[in-house]
Amino acid sequence: MTATTARRRSRGLRQWSGQAGWTVLAWAVAIVFFIPVLWMVLTAFKPESAAETWPPKFIFTPTLSEFRLAVTGMGPFLTHSIIATLGSTILVLLLAVPAAYALSVRPVKHWRDGLFFFISTKMLPIVAAIGPLYVIALHAHLLDSILLMIILYTAMNLPLAIWMIRSFMLEVPGELLEAARLDGAGRIREMGSVIMPIISPGLVSTALICVIFAWNELFLAINLTVTNAATLPMFLISSVPQEGLFIAHLCAAATIASIPVVIVGWIAQRSLVRGLSMGAIK
Amino acid sequence: MTVIEDLAPPPKVAVERRAANRREAWLRRLPLLPALIYTIVVTQIPFVVTLWYSFQSYFWDQPGGAHFTGLSNYRAVFTNPTFRGSLVRSVVMTATAVIVAMILGVALAVLLDRKFFGRGVVRTLIITPFLVMPAAAALVWATPMLDPNFGLLNYLLAPFGVNHVAWLSTHALGSVIVVMIWQWTPFMTLIVLAGLQSQPADTLEAAKVDGAGAFATFRELTLPHLRPYIELGILLGSIYLVNVFDAVRLMTNGGPGTSTTNLPFYLYQQVNNAFDVGGAAATGVVTVVLTIIVATFALRMFARVFQFEEAR
Repeated sequence: MTATTARRRSRGLRQWSGQAGWTVLAWAVAIVFFIPVLWMVLTAFKPESAAETWPPKFIFTPTLSEFRLAVTGMGPFLTHSIIATLGSTILVLLLAVPAAYALSVRPVKHWRDGLFFFISTKMLPIVAAIGPLYVIALHAHLLDSILLMIILYTAMNLPLAIWMIRSFMLEVPGELLEAARLDGAGRIREMGSVIMPIISPGLVSTALICVIFAWNELFLAINLTVTNAATLPMFLISSVPQEGLFIAHLCAAATIASIPVVIVGWIAQRSLVRGLSMGAIK
Repeated sequence: MTVIEDLAPPPKVAVERRAANRREAWLRRLPLLPALIYTIVVTQIPFVVTLWYSFQSYFWDQPGGAHFTGLSNYRAVFTNPTFRGSLVRSVVMTATAVIVAMILGVALAVLLDRKFFGRGVVRTLIITPFLVMPAAAALVWATPMLDPNFGLLNYLLAPFGVNHVAWLSTHALGSVIVVMIWQWTPFMTLIVLAGLQSQPADTLEAAKVDGAGAFATFRELTLPHLRPYIELGILLGSIYLVNVFDAVRLMTNGGPGTSTTNLPFYLYQQVNNAFDVGGAAATGVVTVVLTIIVATFALRMFARVFQFEEAR
C-alpha cells in the first residue's frame, strides 16, 4: 500500500519535474531567439552615449529623444511605404479574387496549368531582370515613382494571393453554391452573396501576408527609387552615417519601421501559417 | 450514310449547344484574364527585355546607347570567377540556411506542441524574428549585435572565452548565414507545428498503448506524417532564401572581398557599380536558365506536396 503510494508519488514528481524542465527549456529557447529584437528595442531607448559602451549597459535612464529624431526624419519614407503597401495590396485583391474564382469555383479547362504558371513566376528571380527593369522604368518615366512600386509589389504578391484565396474558395460548401444556382443566382450574385461572406476572413489574412511582404521589401526599392518613392527600409539605410555614433538612432528607426508588421503578425499568427504555405496548410 | 450526314446542315440544337459551350468557356476564362495578363506583362516582359540586352553592350554611364555584341556578354559571364563564386555561394548559403533552419524548426515545433506555462507567449517570441523588417534585422545584427568592440554577442559569449571577435571580418559568411537561419527558423517552426497538430491523436495513443517509446514513435509515426510539411517548408524557404539580398547588402556589402557575394548581390553590383546592363542581363539569363532547371523539379514537388483537391 505504502509502496504504491510512494511509487505513484514519485511518478507524479517525475512528471512534474519533466513538465517544469520542458517549460524552462522552451522559455530559454524563446529568449535566445528574441534577444536581438529585445536588444534593438532596449537600445532604442538609450541616449547615444550609452549605446556604444563596453560592457554593454543594461541599466540606464530611458529617453525618447532618438525616437523623436527618427520620427521627424522618416515622414516621407513612411508615407511612401504606406501608399505602396496599401495600394499594391488592394490591387492584388482586386485581381486575385476573380482569378481564384476562375481556378476553383467555376474552373477554366486548364486550371492546373494556370495555377502553376502563377507560382512559377514566384520562382523566377526578379534580381535577374533588375538592369533591364531599370531601363524599362526609365523609358516609361516610372523610375523613382510610387506607382512603379505598386505595380511591382502587386506582381510580387499576386501568385501568393491567388493560391491562398483559391484555397479559401474551395472550402465554400458545394451545397450552398448549388442552392444559389437553383435559386437562379448568376455569377455576380453567387460571388456577392454566397462566396464573399464565407471567404472574407480569408481575404483579411491574405491581405495581411501581402502587407508584410510589401512593407518589408528592399531589393526593388533600393534599385528603383531615390527620393520620391523611397520606402522605410531605405530610411533605415540612410540612418547609418559614414561616421559618428548612430546605434541608438538606428535602433529607434528600426523599431518604428518593424512595429506595424510585428504587431500585425502577432495578431494574425493563425492565418500566418496558411498564408506562408499559400493555402496548403489549413 | 456518312456522306449524307456530312452534307446535311448540322442540327440546329448542336450549333446552339456548341455556341453556349463556347460562351460558357469564355465566361469562365473572363475573371482569370486580368490577373493573367497583368502577370504576363509585369513579370515576363522584363525577362524578354533581359534576353535582348544580354546580346547588347550597354553601359549607362557611357554615351552611345546599346549596340549588338553577340555572345561576348555570355563569354564574360562564364569566364568570370566572381560569377562562379557567387553562384556557388548562393547554393551554399541557401542550402545551409534551409537545412539548419528546418532542423531547428522541427525541434522547436516539437517543443511547442506540448502544453506548458506560457506557450502562447513563447510561440509569439519565437516567430518575431520572421516579422522584423529584414533590413532592420540586418542592420541591428551588423552593429548592435556583432560589433567587435561593443556588440552584445561578444559580451554574451565572453564567459565561453570569446574575446572581441570581429565577426563580420573573420566569419562573414557564417554570420550572414546565422542571421538567415535566425529569420527563417520561425517559418519552418510554424509549418512543422501545423503538421504536428494535424496528427491524429488516436494513432499516437495506440503507439503508447503498444509500449512504443517516445523516440520510436517520433521516428516511425511522426516523421513520416511530417514529411509533406517538411518538404513544403524546404521548398518555400529555398524560393525566398536564394534571393536573400538585405542581409548581404547591409551586413557585409558582399565582403570582405567577395566572400559573401551571392548572385542577387552580384547582379546588384553589376548594375549599380559597374553600370553594366548588358553584362547583368547575361548573368540574369544564365541565372534564369539555372532557376528553370531547379524549378522544374520544384514544381513537380509542389504538385506532389499540395495534394490537389479537385476543383468543382
